[in-house]
Amino acid sequence: MKIVAKRPESLTETRYHYCPGCTHGIIHRVVAECMDELNIREQTIGICPVGCAVMAYKYFNCDMIEAAHGRAPAIATGLKRTQPDNVIFTYQGDGDLASIGMAEIVHASARGENITVVFVNNAIYGMTGGQMAPTTLLGQVTSTSPYGRKIEQEGYPIRMAELLAQNEGSSYISRVAVNKPANVAKAKKSLKKAFNNQINKKGFSMVEILSTCPTNWGMNPLDALEWLEDKMIPYYPLGEFKVKED
Amino acid sequence: MSKVLMKGNEALGEGALIAGCRSYFGYPITPSSEIAEYMAKKLPKLGGAFVQAESEVSAINMVYGASSAGKRVMTASSGPGISLKQEGISFLAEGELPSVIVNISRGGPGLGGIQPAQSDYFQATRGGGHGDYHIMVLAPASVQDMMDFAIEGFELADRYRIPVMLMAEGTLGQMMEPIIVREPVTDFYDKSWATTGCKGREPNIINTLHLPQDEIENRNIYLANKYKEIKANEKRAETFMTEDAELVVVAFGLMFRIVKRAVIEARKQGVKVGLIRPITLWPFPDEHIKKAAETAKRFLSIEISMGQMVEDIRLAVNGKVPVDFYGRIGMTPNPEEITQQLLLVAEKEGA
Repeated sequence: MKIVAKRPESLTETRYHYCPGCTHGIIHRVVAECMDELNIREQTIGICPVGCAVMAYKYFNCDMIEAAHGRAPAIATGLKRTQPDNVIFTYQGDGDLASIGMAEIVHASARGENITVVFVNNAIYGMTGGQMAPTTLLGQVTSTSPYGRKIEQEGYPIRMAELLAQNEGSSYISRVAVNKPANVAKAKKSLKKAFNNQINKKGFSMVEILSTCPTNWGMNPLDALEWLEDKMIPYYPLGEFKVKED
Repeated sequence: MSKVLMKGNEALGEGALIAGCRSYFGYPITPSSEIAEYMAKKLPKLGGAFVQAESEVSAINMVYGASSAGKRVMTASSGPGISLKQEGISFLAEGELPSVIVNISRGGPGLGGIQPAQSDYFQATRGGGHGDYHIMVLAPASVQDMMDFAIEGFELADRYRIPVMLMAEGTLGQMMEPIIVREPVTDFYDKSWATTGCKGREPNIINTLHLPQDEIENRNIYLANKYKEIKANEKRAETFMTEDAELVVVAFGLMFRIVKRAVIEARKQGVKVGLIRPITLWPFPDEHIKKAAETAKRFLSIEISMGQMVEDIRLAVNGKVPVDFYGRIGMTPNPEEITQQLLLVAEKEGA
């Protein structure tokens, strides 16, 4: 019998704690598949965020570090500068990366740190119970924007991929989504490019991944996938925003 | 061994290099900046890593990253910057990540001033960040100590897997003295816990999250036991003329040297005064204080602050004899001023 799909070696057997319909599981899997296919598991060090993926260190079958909120790019800097032959990735949510960790991510990008950033954008704070994130869409209701996000009250949602693409130090910046199989395949391709970029010492790479949060969005998983398509993608367009030429 | 003239901050940087530190992450602040400048100049030539971080918060997390890989790593700052580093220091303490953190201290609170002070004593010895933790704190009193304690700091950090703080007043960072350049200490420390890629072993995890209630309690009990071990092994102090002293003065760092001159002068004037210098501020050398309290009639804490270490002295003396305090901030008291204070306190006691 030919095996066509199996658990990636770069994932442990531990069962995920994520809510039903959450796409963190898909994202973990494609990251792990990239590690398997590039044969880098034994040299990779992953850095987990504060937020829903706080326990990612239990799921990835490689050396892992749990970071304080937003600080993963700084930890990655300290690691990469002292261990340049390791492959370093950070795995961060939108509250972690775009709010409290804004300085760390912008400066890691500006310095051109040779790391790979997996940025999971679900437009809300998940772990803390559905509060407004910097990426929360205009009009979106959250527990701290109960009347819907308004420009005059909360300002505009931040487009991180476009923002970081402006930095000369950024080498590869893309935005993908994991709401349907074709997009998952594109997400994997992009992540693989981001890891390869690091292996080839090209500098800072970030893949922003549009993700769902059915629990805090107050939707069933299928509606959440549709909401991602209908509401998120128009504001957060998919594509490559920076591909640095050699 | 060679004798050289060096500035305190540079001697500290050189001590770190002698100890095998090859990575430094920092953010400039007066009066500590020469440490970053020294490392920026030296580390690239030694194949090491220097990054000027975007903030103190980032710098301490870069330390976290390098220490996770098992490297000897240092950062330095002054009061306001150390406040920003407290989040990271709490994480380093819980992650048991060896590291050396330098506070070339100045007066606060707030931006305060850039004159030397000892008013970060509480912050250094009480944790400073969140949670039940301690770091080791060494207080140099000379430019020689700046070099020696940097070397020793890395040894202690690796021995106990703990962040070690060197806390020196701005004056010590800025002044020049002749020093003997030390030899490196070459103890081997097992770092099989480090995250360096899992080739040939199970993955290593550096983590500070403990959600189950028994796990967080056990973790804190484990750390508390480690702190007990450090308290049992590492309390350090220097004593001067305490054997027959009726008045015992306690002073650390720069203040120790100033008070020492005042003690000699007061002795000439017939006052039976002695001096204890805590070298480790945490663990606090309370046994030295207790021993002196068996014969002394009165204690006096002299600090460049409004009174912080005096509380540790009172805890150690435990009500046996009175403990007075004298301190200035902004101004560093000179030996004449201290001599006057010693005579005043001695008169009060009738010594």
